[in-house]
Amino acid sequence: MSTTVVNTGTEGKTWGGGNKPLNASYGKMMMWFFIVSDALTFSGFLAAYGFSRFKFIDSWPIADEVFTHVPFFHGNYPMIYVAFMTFILIMSSVTMVLAVDAGHHLNKAKVTIYMFLTIIGGLIFVGSQAWEWGTFIKGDYGAIQTKGGNILQFVDTEGHRVALRDFTTVNEHSDRTAHERKNGLWFVDEGTLPTYTVEEVIHGFEAHDNVLVRTQIINDAGEKTVLSRGESLKLLKENGKAVVEGANLHVNEYGSPLFADFFFFITGFHGFHVFSGVVINIIIFFNVILGTYERRKNYEMVEKVGLYWHFVDLVWVFVFTFFYLV
Amino acid sequence: MAHEHKLAIFRGLVKFKSNTQKIWGVLIFLTIVTAVEVVLGIYKPKSLMVQFLGMKGLNWIFIILTIVKAYYITWDFMHMRDETKSLRRMVVWTAIFLILYLIFILLQEGGYVFDVYKDGFVKRDF
Repeated sequence: MSTTVVNTGTEGKTWGGGNKPLNASYGKMMMWFFIVSDALTFSGFLAAYGFSRFKFIDSWPIADEVFTHVPFFHGNYPMIYVAFMTFILIMSSVTMVLAVDAGHHLNKAKVTIYMFLTIIGGLIFVGSQAWEWGTFIKGDYGAIQTKGGNILQFVDTEGHRVALRDFTTVNEHSDRTAHERKNGLWFVDEGTLPTYTVEEVIHGFEAHDNVLVRTQIINDAGEKTVLSRGESLKLLKENGKAVVEGANLHVNEYGSPLFADFFFFITGFHGFHVFSGVVINIIIFFNVILGTYERRKNYEMVEKVGLYWHFVDLVWVFVFTFFYLV
Repeated sequence: MAHEHKLAIFRGLVKFKSNTQKIWGVLIFLTIVTAVEVVLGIYKPKSLMVQFLGMKGLNWIFIILTIVKAYYITWDFMHMRDETKSLRRMVVWTAIFLILYLIFILLQEGGYVFDVYKDGFVKRDF
C-alpha cells in the first residue's frame, strides 16, 4: 500500500503549486511592495497635513496667495508654475513608459533616448522645486507676528497686498545690531535680523492712511478678514511682537508656521524621491548604453526603475492637489 | 518575452492600436484633467463653493479628479492593467484600506481639536 500522496487534487489550479499565481518576477513584485509601503509613508504625511489644516481650518493660508511667482516674470500668476512642474513630471513619466515599451522590443537606441529625456525632465523638476523653495523662503510682502503667534499682513483700501518696504522706513538712529558669538556669550547667537523693527512698522503704518491690517481669519466669503484703520492700529500696538520676512521652520509670513513646516517636509521628501529617482535613472541609463540589458536580452531593470519613477509622479499628483488646489 | 498589453481605456470606449498610441492617449487625457484643475483653481466658480459633506464642493471635485489621474497613472503607466488580478488587489486594496482608515482618524481628530479651540477655553487670538 502506498503511503505517498501523489495527487493533491489541486493540479492546474492557481494556488496549487508549480505555478506563478502573480505572474510577476521577484524584482517587480518587490518594487510593487516597496511602493505600497512608500505610499503609506506619504499618505501619513499628507494625512498629518490634513489634521493640522482641519485644526486651523478658519485660519489656514490660501495657497493661491502664497505661490504666485513664475521665474523671469513679474506679477501675480497663481498656480501657473506648479501646473508647469506637474506637466513636466507627467511628461517625464511618459518618456519613461516609452522607454519601457522600447525595452520590450529590445530596441536599445530608443531606450537610450527615452531614458535620457526622462532624466532631463527629472532635473528640470528638481530645479523648479529648488526655485520654488527659494522664493518661498525669501518671502514677498513681509508681515507682523503677534504675541499669540498669529500673522498680520498689510493691504491697501482696495484689498491689494502692501509690502512692508512700501510704507516703512528704517530709523537711522536705531543702533540694534545682530548679536554674534564673538561679541558676547560665546554659546549664544541669533539669526539675521529683519530689515525693520516693529516700532518702525507701526510708525510707517501711522504715516500712511491707506494701509490696513489683514488677519489670518477666513471670513464667510473665503477671504482673509481686513480690519478697520482703528482696529488695525490697536492690534499692532497691543500685540505686535516681531517682524517676519519670508518663511522658515519657526516663522512664516504667509500664516501658520505649520504650513511652512509641512511644505518643507512633504515637498522636500518628495523632491528627495525625485532626486534619488534621477540618480537611479542615470545608473540604469549607463547600463543601457553599456549594453548590459542587450546582452541579458531583457530590459526588466528599466521596467522596475520605471515603476519607481511613475510612483514619484503619482505622489506629486496628490501633493499638487492637497498643497496647491484644495 | 511576451508582453500582452490591454489597449482599451474608459471601459472599452476608446481602443488604441498599439501600446505607444495608448501612452500618448493617456498623456492627453491627464493633461486635460490637469488643465481643468488649474482653471478651476484660478477662477474658483462661486457655484461650486457650497459646503458638501464637510468640505467645499470644489475641493471634492479636485480630489475626485486627482484619484482619476492616479488611476490612469497606475493602470496604464505602471501597467497595473496588465498584471494579474491577485497582484493588483494585493497592492491597491491594501493601500486604499489603510489610507482611508488613517485619513478618517486624523481628520476626525483635527476637526475635534478645532472645536475645542473654538468653543473651549483655549485662547489663540492675541
